[in-house]
Amino acid sequence: MKKMSWFNLTSLTLGFAFLYIPMIILVIFSFNGGRNVAIWGGFSTKWYGELFHDEKFLDAAWVTLRVAFATATLSTVLGTITAYVLVRGGKFYGRTLFSGMTYAPLVMPDVILGLSLLLLFKAMFNQMGMLTIVLAHTTFAMCYVSVVVSSRLLTFDQSLEEAASDLGASAFDTFINVTLPNIAPAVISGWLLAFTLSLDDLVIASFTTGPGATTLPIEIFSEVRRGVKPQINALSTIMIAIVTVGVLIFSFSSKRRTLKRIADEQQAN
Amino acid sequence: MAELSKTPVVFAPWNDPNEKPLIQFKNVTKRFGDFTAIDNLTLDIYAKEFFALLGPSGCGKTTLMRMLAGFEMPSEGQILLGGQDIVKVPPNKRPVNMMFQSYALFPHLSVFDNIAFGLRRSDMPKDQIKDRVAEMLRLTRLEKFAKRKPHQISGGQRQRVALARSLAKAPKLLLLDEPLGALDKKLRNDTQFELMDIQEKTGTTFVIVTHDQEEAMTVASRIAVMDNGKLIQVDTPSGIYEEPNSVYVADFIGDVNIIEGNAKVVDGGIEIHYAEGAAPIHAKTDKHITDGQRVSYAIRPEKIAVTSEPMADRANHAHGTILDIGYLGHLSSYFVTLGNGQKVEASMTNSRRLSRRDFTWEDNVWLSWTDTAGVVLTE
Repeated sequence: MKKMSWFNLTSLTLGFAFLYIPMIILVIFSFNGGRNVAIWGGFSTKWYGELFHDEKFLDAAWVTLRVAFATATLSTVLGTITAYVLVRGGKFYGRTLFSGMTYAPLVMPDVILGLSLLLLFKAMFNQMGMLTIVLAHTTFAMCYVSVVVSSRLLTFDQSLEEAASDLGASAFDTFINVTLPNIAPAVISGWLLAFTLSLDDLVIASFTTGPGATTLPIEIFSEVRRGVKPQINALSTIMIAIVTVGVLIFSFSSKRRTLKRIADEQQAN
Repeated sequence: MAELSKTPVVFAPWNDPNEKPLIQFKNVTKRFGDFTAIDNLTLDIYAKEFFALLGPSGCGKTTLMRMLAGFEMPSEGQILLGGQDIVKVPPNKRPVNMMFQSYALFPHLSVFDNIAFGLRRSDMPKDQIKDRVAEMLRLTRLEKFAKRKPHQISGGQRQRVALARSLAKAPKLLLLDEPLGALDKKLRNDTQFELMDIQEKTGTTFVIVTHDQEEAMTVASRIAVMDNGKLIQVDTPSGIYEEPNSVYVADFIGDVNIIEGNAKVVDGGIEIHYAEGAAPIHAKTDKHITDGQRVSYAIRPEKIAVTSEPMADRANHAHGTILDIGYLGHLSSYFVTLGNGQKVEASMTNSRRLSRRDFTWEDNVWLSWTDTAGVVLTE
């Protein structure tokens, strides 16, 4: 491998330090034995133990996971359909407007989106709760899914769909048995993206939450305002671990697939 | 040895007035916005034909094929298949299958499942599907690759999977869109004969789209030469080659010399005066030509002999000097400049291995050809 110049090396170090030092500190302090969160008081895992006895956190975590799961699934279905119609629907009146509008929630400030959804849900529902959070999250997450899936559909050879229809498959059959298996990686990426977005959203969830539907970010934020509890460090560390493991598995498996494919192709020719 | 006494059966349903065409295009026009891709086209294709649509890119040949498959709808006119209008029938309901230029194999399915895809969507029972796929695998010599995925086989094998998949449902009509474009030349030649063989075995009507005139000449029973959304000529390969109806067709298929001149009607033919002081070309033609009419004379290089003395038994002679020689192995092309500056290409077969080079650059030679060697064209 080529040796890096000192300039590149410095930029790289500074860049990674900027990104990861806060997280590393958080992870280290989650094993802090002392009661004061800012002073090192010896290694201990007791905050992890306390965390698992803290009903409030556990409830919030469970709510968050359910919301994220529902959001990811719902927005993947809607986002994939949106992408399919926009890319494959041919020319229809207002198509440019529609595809422009899909991007709008991506650039819309969260506060404004949250506020407008709050007003809407107040008028629609007697009580807000998990359902409203899921709907709110789906509103913006499906746009991300649609963007991810669209880009895959654009590069996807359309003659495959024509071939399916030529061989007697209906439009729905073609979508389920030809299109979907081939855009699956993008759909899964979209699902994971929506899941993560929902998992860490604070602003929109705060606007649209109701009694009994406190998500983890809301819980953490309100706790932290009263002072940082050591359990929060432990909780955050667990979340970092889950995300890291997820990303590693995903990238390793896709890397393996690519390598296997290249090997297969070399063997075939 | 096959029976030599057997008289060959001439396959020419297009000459039989009682034969009903399988496909009929009736005054079909297709417009994309302001662009007219197909311009008021009428064409009959008969059952069991190997029909080639030939033309430069953008001539409308692919659009014509996509209308047969059902991916495009004509703006005007009718398309009949077996006497029935199929314009409104969606692609998945047509007894027509297509082999795509990119093959369009389903990457997530094995070779077996690719071939079975269409059968599983028909009302064929499961156990018969298995047999049918096995039969197609045998036909295309792919038995060993049934379990592989498309990316695990070579380009030539992929091409055969695509063919097997499109033939599996035993369509009335098979469309082939530049089927051999992605193969190298050697493989292409083999595959051409394989295609003809399979077409004969299955008795399916093939319509092939190609821009490769050699390919069209090799495989087709008839060729339609297209330009700008119109049919210029529809004829057998030899008809297209030996009797082109226009300068466009003559020029598109193979090498040709086009000599323009003024016609003069004489006994038993015409004379074409193409240059001051040069002897006129004697030609025979069925066309009605009047005195003084401007005509083009098209003659293929291999119809002209290059010799040091004029050949007495031929009606036409011209004197010139060799400008260039192209040695192609099986034949040599001579580019000869006539006295008036007209350039003519003549080719001679290299039938002897170590022949003396009779002629070289700057040599004075005589070109000779008969009065039936060339074609008189008026458009």
